[in-house]
Amino acid sequence: MNEKDEGKTMMTAAFRAWKRASAAVLGIVLGLAAFAAPAFAELRIDITRGNVDPIPIAVPAFGGDDERAIKVGSDLAGVLVADLERSGLFRSVDSRAFIQSFSSMQVQPRFPDWQAINAQGLVQGRTTIQPDGRLRVEFRLWDVFATQQLKAQAYVTDVGNWRRIAHIIADSVYERLTGESGYFDTRIVYVAENGPATKRIKRLAIMDQDGANHRFLTDGADLVLSPRFSPSTQEITYMSYYNGVPCVYLYNIDTGKRERLGNFPGMTFAPRFSPDGNKVIMSMARGGSTDIYTMDLRTLERRRLTNTSAIDTSPSYSPDSQFIVFNSDRGGNQQLYVMNADGGNVHRITHGEGRYATPVWSPRGDFIAFTKMAQGRFFIGVMRPDGTGERLLSDGFLVEGPTWAPNGRVLMYFRESPSDTRGRGVNSYLYSIDLTGYNERRVVTPIEASHPAWSPLMP
Amino acid sequence: MKIRVLSVVAASLLVAACASGPQEGGDASGKGAGAIVPGSAEDFVAKAKDRVFFAFDRSDLDAAAVKTLMGQVAWLKTYPNAMVTIEGHTDPRGTAEYNIGLGERRANAVKQFLKAQGIADARMKVVSYGKERPAVEGTTEYAYAQDRRAVTVVAK
Repeated sequence: MNEKDEGKTMMTAAFRAWKRASAAVLGIVLGLAAFAAPAFAELRIDITRGNVDPIPIAVPAFGGDDERAIKVGSDLAGVLVADLERSGLFRSVDSRAFIQSFSSMQVQPRFPDWQAINAQGLVQGRTTIQPDGRLRVEFRLWDVFATQQLKAQAYVTDVGNWRRIAHIIADSVYERLTGESGYFDTRIVYVAENGPATKRIKRLAIMDQDGANHRFLTDGADLVLSPRFSPSTQEITYMSYYNGVPCVYLYNIDTGKRERLGNFPGMTFAPRFSPDGNKVIMSMARGGSTDIYTMDLRTLERRRLTNTSAIDTSPSYSPDSQFIVFNSDRGGNQQLYVMNADGGNVHRITHGEGRYATPVWSPRGDFIAFTKMAQGRFFIGVMRPDGTGERLLSDGFLVEGPTWAPNGRVLMYFRESPSDTRGRGVNSYLYSIDLTGYNERRVVTPIEASHPAWSPLMP
Repeated sequence: MKIRVLSVVAASLLVAACASGPQEGGDASGKGAGAIVPGSAEDFVAKAKDRVFFAFDRSDLDAAAVKTLMGQVAWLKTYPNAMVTIEGHTDPRGTAEYNIGLGERRANAVKQFLKAQGIADARMKVVSYGKERPAVEGTTEYAYAQDRRAVTVVAK
């Protein structure tokens, strides 16, 4: 009884520490900033990052009855482990240390064997190719020190879907152990880039969150910008110079069909879906000013939400659809503003040093992520929707365009760096970072990349 | 041996291609190399300066820009059938979406100036490239100053 309780405490305590890391680490940064205020303002970001001890987890290859099942089981466990490790919250125990192997799902773990190698979590799994040719995957998640089963699930699907099953199980493990929903069964759409800056070729590309199943959606003949997923994950809205005039388009991922959205008298850009997927909110530039519009996808009704001589752009809905955050230079330079969904009650939320851009409301509603420009550098940061609690997570020569993982815990953005010592040319790649500012890592793409958008969890 | 034969064939094809190139070009234009047709896009670039430059995050026209645009006005009045697209651009030290708006604002500033000088609205189109098409590669202030521009392009 005592032993069980202790074990359980050990595992959950580590994650409580992770959740606290956000507050604690950034508390320190803000503390420093307060001291240094006269000289550096608050632009100092924490380079040591919040530090979390990753939880050791053992994932033996999923067993199987025949060669094919064993191969799929082994690949599947590999994808699952890679997902968990990339989150920065888990560390896989070296499989060479494993003492027990499982001949069936009915075999219980010999907990002392797993405790001896300090695996706190254990994922036991089995893959079977059924007589009808379909794949059956079962898994159990064990708390090794509490000697308790935390989760058990079985899936039946086409064999070709084995990667998705791996991501779904990874999400399940992540959710059970962290208390946060997962984000591994997701995709990324982004702008793939190559060629010199003056003649850059830009193509829409899509891939699984882990880089698998990569494909290009457009051929590079036209410049494209700012792709974003629909809530259903089946459509992308983006801007393209097709026909020479920048316009917002819809792209159906399954059919490959492209459709121009509306017939606006000016250039349309910066599109984003409403949370219910029924509208696209975007900017239209005309006559020297840029305003925000919505377009209802069912009625094709167009509605103007802002009407100033300023540049009002990069609109993003709150997840409850009640508010819109956007970027405007109406006060003299780029700052963030929030308004009601009907365009009323506009108020400025940023008052710090520098310019603020590309606001994106977290899917959880608790933060707005943004790009900040100050003192010749770029920053990715988050703040509460009322503009308080600003925290800078990453910085560089140029970092831009944050997008949220569907659980609101992880951000992705792009980073440009001068590509040679004489500062000619730049290269551009995708990065992800934990909301705590911890675990910043490059997201691998086949060629250079910008403007990522994270999908919701796949349906 | 086989390789050598192939290379000879390739070389002779190259000579043939070179020989036919300029001849075809000459036939098409009916003029010698370097001749510019008056009223053409090339003529505009040669006689009027095709671009004006802006300060960081600004769209107001300075004295140099006004001088350039007066040259454009004179040319456009000489060739009243010429249609133009005014392309607005920014440097890369901003965010992509805002810069589409800023490029449009710059292009529009040029359009409004030309219009005020008597160039018909219907002859002018505006397009913004934001920071997507810098004029030069580089991360120097000199490069950025070249990027912050509005370019008047005569339709072919």
